[in-house]
Amino acid sequence: MKKLKIVVLAKQVPDTRNVGKDAMKADGTVNRGALPAIFNPEDMNALEQALQLKDKYPDTEITILTMGPGRAADIIREGLYRGVDNGILLTDRKFAGSDTLATSYALSLAIKKIEPNLIIAGRQAIDGDTAQVGPQVAEKLNIPQITYAESISYQNNNIIVKRRLDNGIETVQSPLPVLITVGSSATICRARNAKLLMKFKHACTQSELQEKSNDYIIQQRPYLKISEWGVDDVDADDKLLGLSGSPTKVKKIENVVFTAKESKIINDNEAEINELIIELIENHTIG
Amino acid sequence: MNNISVFCEIENGIVADVSLELLTKAYHLSEKLNCKLEAIAIGNKLNSIPKQVFPYGVHKLFLVEDRRLEFYQTLPFTHIVAGIFKESKPQIALMGASNVGRDLGPRVSSKLNSGLTADCTELEIGDFYDKKNDKQYNNLLYQIRPAFGGNIIATIINPEHRPQMATVREGVMKKEIINKNNIGEVVNLDSNKYLNNTDFVIEILERHVEERSINIKNSQVIVSGGYGVGSKENFKYLYELASVLGGEVGASRAAVDAGFADHARQVGQTGVTVRPKLYIACGISGQIQHTAGMDQSAMIISINIDKDAPINEIADIVITGDVSSVVPKIIAAYKKNTK
Ligand SMILES: Cc1cc2nc3c(=O)[nH]c(=O)nc-3n(C[C@H](O)[C@H](O)[C@H](O)COP(=O)(O)OP(=O)(O)OC[C@H]3O[C@@H](n4cnc5c(N)ncnc54)[C@H](O)[C@@H]3O)c2cc1C
Repeated sequence: MKKLKIVVLAKQVPDTRNVGKDAMKADGTVNRGALPAIFNPEDMNALEQALQLKDKYPDTEITILTMGPGRAADIIREGLYRGVDNGILLTDRKFAGSDTLATSYALSLAIKKIEPNLIIAGRQAIDGDTAQVGPQVAEKLNIPQITYAESISYQNNNIIVKRRLDNGIETVQSPLPVLITVGSSATICRARNAKLLMKFKHACTQSELQEKSNDYIIQQRPYLKISEWGVDDVDADDKLLGLSGSPTKVKKIENVVFTAKESKIINDNEAEINELIIELIENHTIG
Repeated sequence: MNNISVFCEIENGIVADVSLELLTKAYHLSEKLNCKLEAIAIGNKLNSIPKQVFPYGVHKLFLVEDRRLEFYQTLPFTHIVAGIFKESKPQIALMGASNVGRDLGPRVSSKLNSGLTADCTELEIGDFYDKKNDKQYNNLLYQIRPAFGGNIIATIINPEHRPQMATVREGVMKKEIINKNNIGEVVNLDSNKYLNNTDFVIEILERHVEERSINIKNSQVIVSGGYGVGSKENFKYLYELASVLGGEVGASRAAVDAGFADHARQVGQTGVTVRPKLYIACGISGQIQHTAGMDQSAMIISINIDKDAPINEIADIVITGDVSSVVPKIIAAYKKNTK
């Protein structure tokens, strides 16, 4: 069978799931800066699918690709700790402000340069919940896509995917290359591997290196260097990036304000509950 | 005039509710914009589609019938829909935020290089003045959606690119017959005009669809359970209450994740949006992702041991207590008073 060369797409996102009290401002809105940055959960599911294919076919090569600011190098380290072969941080100020389409354009250029035959991404990122980047990248690459995957296998040079329908399950088969997006119903990702953690603890990008003084470690162990690609490395057209490359614009942002309304309090006893039910029947809410 | 186009999802010859809801919304938008409403249906055996969609005010229906297209497949559907958009040049194109719409929408938008906004909760028509370029845009589609895990509400626009595309989840818009006698124009299109053989590289090996038996969206009373219900067994109190009140059982994601209830019952941002006459939240804390799907309910009762649970802030009535103690008392009181 053909050797699998996989790119896993992963994003660093603010943890919007557990907005604790400390992340709330006095006016009841969320202080986005106060949210911790995490590995997007469904991208973790995607990573696990790639790692399982590598478990089964050890000659598989996995590259984790992330687009974001410098600190998103964390995503690549998390990948290395779990068994990916290498990582690329796509980072440039010119990417800032990109909507899903401009992001997909940038990612698709980086993918073309890596030349994988399988691309696996999470279904969606928790900060936007759009589920658009996977399909938009597949279209830019002009390859088929399989979304909402639950499990992926590889047989006779074909990728076989079990995927979720709105009200059922479907099994499909595709030749390579193909792009797959993985949902949260897939297996959760393995923990970091202790040996790999030791090995890649000092992995860093050129920019991070400038802030540190452990140059010598990288010189001795080139595998610790995480590649950083900018606009010029992927030959991107500036006009198709950032705000100018984004058909969608944000016109307005409103913070959700949690307002209290007067509610009637009832205690857990028969008399009070009985009275409430009579009232609800009389005003035709029930009955 | 550039029209509004709605992609209709079809399963077993029946147009999905979400598509009919979007037709209703799109019809109202088309009145505002003074343009026509178009619908696209792709599949096998589409003879009953016209009579299903015309009552929703459809002016022109594009039918693409092909036995290879009985089930949704990304590439052929993308090429047909994008092809029709290129010819008919709609100003707005809507589809359901279902697994189909969320597979098809981004693919088509990427092909046409047009903007797409996923999971809109409101669609409106409005103007926009671009200060930077001193340019005025009239009658744009405001695509309004929660973002950032529901903590902000964003209004998105596509000033320059057409069509302005948006997806909307099932249950968010209301389905309403506009005119049961309306008859529009049917345009039959030949699929081969849009397709080539490589569009069928992905083969469906097996397909397993469950009948959609649970549909909580249209229920007037919803008794919804959260993680605080404690177990699948305890959910039986909720089923009993729902059945005496003639309602349905809903659930929070935490309850679904814990296996207390089916995903089809999940209410909220990643479940269904409901607006019943009465919503009884049992052991639900009321995180924004949940309340986004139920805060339009006419009346909300919260049953929670924690008197400070966030759900209580949007509840009309708060019963402080344990679900397994309160719910049987409600059932008993209801039975007693309706005899
Ligand atoms: C992107 C995203 C999408 C999401 N989409 C959804 C969605 O669609 N729907 C959804 O519901 N959630 C969704 N969530 C999850 C949501 O954030 C919450 O985690 C979830 O709603 C919590 O469920 P819960 O209220 O049942 O559980 P908990 O938050 O654990 O609350 C349990 C409540 O039960 C009370 N309780 C405990 N024991 C008892 C008892 N014996 N009697 C009475 N009360 C009791 C507690 O006081 C507490 O208030 C989403 C999250 C994310 C990040």
